[in-house]
Amino acid sequence: MGDIIKTDSAYITASSSVVGSLEKAGPLGEYFDIWDEKDDTFGKDSWEKSESEMQRLALKCSMEKAVLSEGELDVIFAGDLINQCISSGYGLVDFDVPFLGIYGACSTCAEGLLLSSVFSSYTKKRCAAVTSSHNCSAERQFRFPVEYGSQRTPTSQWTVTGAASFIVSPKNDRGERVKIVDVMAGKSIDAGITDVNNMGAAMAPAAADTIQRYLTESKRDAESFDCIVTGDLGLEGSSILLEIMKKKGFDISSKHRDCGVEIYDIEKQDMHAGGSGCGCSGVTVASYFTDKLKKGEMSDILFVGTGALMNAMSLQQGNSIPGIGHLVHMVRE
Amino acid sequence: MKETEKEKYKKYAEGHAPKSPTVKNCAVAFITGGAICVVGQALTELYSKLEMSKEDTGTLVSVTLIFITALLTGIGVFDNIARHAGAGTLVPITGFANAVASPAVDTKTEGYVLGVGSKIFIIAGPVILYSTAAGALYGVIYALYRLIFI
Repeated sequence: MGDIIKTDSAYITASSSVVGSLEKAGPLGEYFDIWDEKDDTFGKDSWEKSESEMQRLALKCSMEKAVLSEGELDVIFAGDLINQCISSGYGLVDFDVPFLGIYGACSTCAEGLLLSSVFSSYTKKRCAAVTSSHNCSAERQFRFPVEYGSQRTPTSQWTVTGAASFIVSPKNDRGERVKIVDVMAGKSIDAGITDVNNMGAAMAPAAADTIQRYLTESKRDAESFDCIVTGDLGLEGSSILLEIMKKKGFDISSKHRDCGVEIYDIEKQDMHAGGSGCGCSGVTVASYFTDKLKKGEMSDILFVGTGALMNAMSLQQGNSIPGIGHLVHMVRE
Repeated sequence: MKETEKEKYKKYAEGHAPKSPTVKNCAVAFITGGAICVVGQALTELYSKLEMSKEDTGTLVSVTLIFITALLTGIGVFDNIARHAGAGTLVPITGFANAVASPAVDTKTEGYVLGVGSKIFIIAGPVILYSTAAGALYGVIYALYRLIFI
């Protein structure tokens, strides 16, 4: 028995993205559905409430796109970065839909899609996968107060302000033709990195492990995909991933893309190694890559959502940072 | 991964990571830090014209710089300067002021007691604790010295 799980009836019938001003100003700006150009508060008086509001807006927008009315959504898989996933807990409280909270750090988008597609295939229920991150709420929890002045290292990444929602349905009821055909859960891999400003290096070995296992088990060549998209390895992590894969005997360099690199104009926006956070892969896959599949500009994508499984306390205690990479195989049918 | 593999990978990652532009950072820190000192000196000149004692002038200059920093922190400008200035804004009194003002702004949502009250020194706390402790320790040593030798 291999690790790949076939999902024979899981269609992404709608997806939505909610972003902050920096993401809107980035190269993918035109693909996003909802944004706050003013101050990224989304009209709320705390950053945590802003993030919850973003999740609410994201799910609402995707439900409208999928033309779902009350009672037509069976279960929500959602998670975020804030302690005990409160952005999801509070943000989705108004929907009156069974809710399963999940945590995969920045890989939550892929984890949500993975669970939704398996759930949808085996129970024929309609699911939603929702996730979010907000730069300010994440800064507060993981680093320093938002207004604290400090210099960043070249390998540091910027937490994306973004929320994404996907409607995963057992039937292709909107004719969008974006299907999840198989998935593979990642393994928690501790490669010994202790530098919180080098998450790319912490996550790259986990992403490499998942991609290697998938390519080996599926007996497919990296060249046969339109692209292999990683979540938020950034410039540094992406470069390490390609080197690790090459050492393992797989050359994915021509097909590899990373949401953390795509979402910002790294030079112009002074983003060091790129973007990170649940919202990073969330909004990039929900908007740009889903759009490419819908329009037929791409037809076969491997999405590997990457995450770093630490918290502020584990870092202070000197523990190294385990990484994870969940894989979702999306095709145009 | 095995411990030896982890060590090997950690070393590899450290070697792989691009280094901070030290020369550029030092130059920017030199200029911004120097500029803050120039402002401090200008304020000293200004206040000394008000027929103040030298001690009061020094205090008032510090208070003014702290006020400016707290204001810039509050309106969300200071962190944008500091991300380029680095040690230029960190080392002068501006760094300390920002380290106290930023948690105060940040934790307001958790209330004035459990938020601001308990978290205002979350960054500056160690500096305050250990400098006070070092002062006390020095006091004890000095007292013993006087007792024995003088």
